[in-house]
Formats: sequence, C-alpha cells, structure tokens
Amino acid sequence: MNNSFIQINNISKYFKEVKAVDDVSFEIKEGEFFSLLGPSGCGKTTLLRLLAGFEYPTNGNLLIDGTDITALPPDKRPTNMVFQNYAIFPHLNVEKNIQFGLRKLGLSNDEIVNRVKDVLSLVKLEGYEERFSNQLSGGQRQRVALARALVRQPKVLLLDEPLGALDKKLRDEMQLELRTLQKNIGITFVFVTHDQQEAISMSDRVAVMNDGKIQQLSAPNELYKNPKNIFVSDFIGETNFLKAETKSSDGEYINISIEGLGEFKIKNNLNIAANSSDVVCSIRPESMMISKVKSDWDICLDAKITQTSYLGEMTRFYVQAKGINKTITVSSQHFDNKSFENNECFISISLEDISLLNKK
Amino acid sequence: MIGFWKKIYAKHDSVKAYSLLSPALILIILAMVVPMALMLSFSMFTQVNMMEIDYTFTFQRYIDFFQKNLLVTLLIKSIKISFLVTLITLITAYPVCYYIAFYVKKNKMLWLVLLTLPFWTSYLLRVFSWKIILGTKGVINSSLINAGILNEPLTFLMYSETAVVITLTHAWAAFALLPLYVSLEKIDFSFIEAGRDLGLSRFEVFWKITFPLSLPGVIGAILIIFIPTVGDYVTPALLGGTDGRMLSNMIQAYFGKINNIPLGAASATIMLTTVVFITIIVSNVTKKLTQRLT
Repeated sequence: MNNSFIQINNISKYFKEVKAVDDVSFEIKEGEFFSLLGPSGCGKTTLLRLLAGFEYPTNGNLLIDGTDITALPPDKRPTNMVFQNYAIFPHLNVEKNIQFGLRKLGLSNDEIVNRVKDVLSLVKLEGYEERFSNQLSGGQRQRVALARALVRQPKVLLLDEPLGALDKKLRDEMQLELRTLQKNIGITFVFVTHDQQEAISMSDRVAVMNDGKIQQLSAPNELYKNPKNIFVSDFIGETNFLKAETKSSDGEYINISIEGLGEFKIKNNLNIAANSSDVVCSIRPESMMISKVKSDWDICLDAKITQTSYLGEMTRFYVQAKGINKTITVSSQHFDNKSFENNECFISISLEDISLLNKK
Repeated sequence: MIGFWKKIYAKHDSVKAYSLLSPALILIILAMVVPMALMLSFSMFTQVNMMEIDYTFTFQRYIDFFQKNLLVTLLIKSIKISFLVTLITLITAYPVCYYIAFYVKKNKMLWLVLLTLPFWTSYLLRVFSWKIILGTKGVINSSLINAGILNEPLTFLMYSETAVVITLTHAWAAFALLPLYVSLEKIDFSFIEAGRDLGLSRFEVFWKITFPLSLPGVIGAILIIFIPTVGDYVTPALLGGTDGRMLSNMIQAYFGKINNIPLGAASATIMLTTVVFITIIVSNVTKKLTQRLT
C-alpha cells in the first residue's frame, strides 16, 4: 500500500483576489476513501477540480502514483470524475454514455462489450442500456455517472457531492453501497461533501476545510472526539461552547476554570497555553447525562428544562443550568419530555468529555 | 342566448382554444391560404395575350418551366447562392455564439444586442450601403487604387454573384445568431468537462458533444436563412447585375414587364416545392451525419 499515492504539495488557487485554496499540503493513501468536507465556498470543490485538471493551481504541484500531473490536461490524467449533476450526455443512451470513455483506450470490441457489461452489473443497472438520461431516476443517473467513470478503471475516482440531489432514504442506501463498492474494487476515492454525517460515515480519513485551508485531517472518530479547533468542533456534530480560562499547566494536565462550573484539572491534548482567556470548552450534548436525581459524576448541576424537541431515536433538551447564562443542549435516549415534573432536572458531566480549544 | 354560449364556452376547452386562435387563424387564411390557392390555380391557366387569360386547367406551364433552360438555371443558381449564404453565415456565426455562450460571463445580452445592432436599420439601407462599399468607386476599390495596389477597380465585387452572397450573408447573420446562441447557451458546461474527463481532446469534445447538442439551433439557423434567401429579389436586383440574378427576379418580371402570370405562378410554385423539399433533406442529413459523428 502506497501511503503517498496522491501528493498535494503547497497547492494554492487564486481566483483574482480570492484565495479559494490557500497553500494546502497533504497526502492520500492508495485505496483510501478520502473525504474533503467543509461548508460551501471552503475550497473543497476547487481542490477536487485541481485534481481532475479542470483548474490549474496558482502555486504548488500535484503527484499521483509518483507522476507529476500538475500541468496535464484532464484527458491525460489517471482520474475520472462523478459530477455533482452527473453530466450524463443527453444525446446518448446509457450504453453509449458508458462506452464514451473507452474509445480512446485502444480496446478491442469484445473487451469494450465486456467492460460495459461488468460495470453495469457492478452498479446494478443491467437492462437499462437503451435508456436515455431523461428516462432515468436521480438514483439511476447517479449509477450511470459512477459506471461511466469506473469503466475506464482510473487510479483515482473523484466524486463531487454525488449524493446531494438524492432524497434521504436513497442517500443512506447509496452511502453504504458506495462504501462497499470502493472496498471491493480498491480504487482510491476522493469524495467532496458538505454533509458531515456523510463524510464521517463513509470515509477512512476526512480533511475538514474552511477558508481554503485544511482545518483538520484525521479519521472520522478522531474528528468527532478530538477536534483540533473551534471550527471543526462546531462543524462536526453538535456541541455546547462554554467560556473558560486556563490557569497553571504541568504539561500533560492543565487547570482550567469554566464559567459557572468551577475549577478542574483536565488533559491538555492540544498543548494550550497556560493563563490564557482565549479558550473555550466544548461539551457534546450526548456526552452529558440528564436525570431526575443527583448523580456522582465529576460535575452535577441543578438545571431547569426550558424546551424539548422529540427526535424519535432521542430527545433533545434545552436547559438552563445554575451559574451558566446560556442555554445548554443535552440529548438523551432514556428520557422524553414527559419524564420531568416542574422541569426540574440534574445535568451531569464527566471531565474526560470536556475538550479545551483555542478560540482562534 | 348568451347563457347558451357561456355554457358551451365553459364546457368545451376546444372552443376556448379556437377563440384564442381565431385572430391569427383569420389572418393566416386571408394572407396565406387564399393567395396560395390563387397562385396554384393561376399556375394552371394560360396567358393568351397581354390582356387575356384562358381559364381552362392545364399543367402545360410546369412543362414550359422545365423546357426553358434559363428558368432551370436560375432555380439552380438561387439554390446555390442561398446554400453559400447559409454555409458562410453558419461558419461565421457559430464561433461567435460559442464564445458568448461559454466565455462571456457578464452582460451576455449586451453582446447580443451589439451584434444585432446593424439590423436595426432597414434592409434596403443595408443593401445600398454594400453598394457603396463594393462599387467600382466604392470604399474597397478606391482605397486599393489610391494605395497603388490596383490600377483598375475589381469588377467581380459589384453586380455579381459575389456581391449577392456577401450582402445576403450580412443581411441574415443576425437571424442565425439567435437560434445558435440559444441552443449553445442551454448546454451545461459540465458536459464538456465530462467529455475531457473521459479522455477526449478539445476538438473531439466539440464534435462529439457540443456540436450534436447544439444541432437544434444549427437546423433552426439553416431553415431561417435558407428559406428567405432563396426567394430574395431585392439584393440580386440591386447588386446582382446579370451574373447575380436569381429566379425570384424572373418571377417578378413574369408578373410585371413580361406579363405571363400563369408561368410566373408555376415558377413560384416549383420554387416553393423545391425549398420545402431541400429543407427536409438538409435537416435529415444533418441529423444523420451527427448521429454517425457520435
């Protein structure tokens, strides 16, 4: 397994004054399902288009499998793309669409027929050869786009928000299917999405982008549990931010004072400076416990429920805790909005669930 | 009585549709169907002398047409000139539309308006201005002579087929721009990117994706230019001389100076049929060719 299959070295892309991608460097492993995640305008699509060859970088260079592709046009690159709107040629049927990319590969007729047949069965579209784009559903179009890209057997498959246009149920199905497909054929996938749940559930590794820069690059569970900065913590999942100040530090541990909660000693994973007020604490809603009676957790607060919303698999409580002048969100699977009399409750927090982040 | 009509009106959608259509329908019947029928019937009469017409039905005028070499030659020439005009217009207008559709980001409308600006003046004025440009003492000739490049004016510029082709091309270009632009504008740029992504060069992408997808506009432009230019008689009359004369000039003469209305009507009918026939063939051939292309 080649750990630096795709090398992105100091890549920048400016559109006039706007820095769409700003000096980004990282590597993607061979056979990896890699996601670029971020809000719209963060540069993730530009980065993908740089890999595809639709844009050329202002600075830096790109390597795939050891070959410098920075200056190569799209037709000379070992990549293929699944477009956001699928871009199925409307004047060609499904079969011709899929054959389209094979003409320049110098294959025999038999081989072309076989490859088309194989890829159609891979994406479960046998029997749709004669259909045209306007006779297909959104999900089927997405499969055609996938087949058309995969039939060329690229080294890297680029996917530009391919699931964005599908409804929720179909999207969940396709997520699983794409993941299985990728593991079976072993091609490196670079997947662009703004949907954090999608990125987290499918990818081996995720690069979270904002303002043209990589904010954090790690495995999905790392992103969720140990966000490196306030942007990632906010963008991935839901969280509560609380005002805090750092006191003395002994390297591994740091003393902090959190507004309304008091002083605690917690692990300092991000090496945050001592005696600073430029920090915040992040606590995930589901890491807290809501209860009717006092618990023996590290922190237990008197609180009042102001509002609830029932979500089916869990209930979200908006609570006002003593000493904190900010509504805190807590989610629970064990209680619903009818469980609490007079809205009185207790909120319990474990110290290991508090992550300390720099404000900037 | 009024109640009765109201009921019918409310109940039957077709009555509504016809009453909406009726102004246009009446106009078309009066201005198109009636004259056409008149022309068809006149083509089957015989001109006896200057004043008299024999109204017995005969197909002799159609036989006359094909027996007169001049008329057949003029028909072929009309088609040839229109064909050249259509081809040149397409070749010049297509790249312009391509550029506006894909490379102009802002103010596309302004570009289109600027391109069609010359067409806000009258057709006749434009024909006359070409006379000023192409004439023996016109802009081209006098500047070439003054520059010492030529001793005598170029005669093929004026009163010739060339003059007719140039003038007609310019006169009808605007009508080609719009259908071409509309069909190119509709093409999603991601189709072109997908073509490149699938291993095709720019040139191949154009012939296998862009051009086939713009075909409705191309066929539209062909029809819009070919049909009216075949029958144009102002330009050949003013700029064509003897060399650039077209069948329509002859038809005009039959209805006027020569005063053989039946033969004129037969010529017009033959021309009309030929044009319809050619447009059907052209649009089918273009479609077939593109299918083979892709």
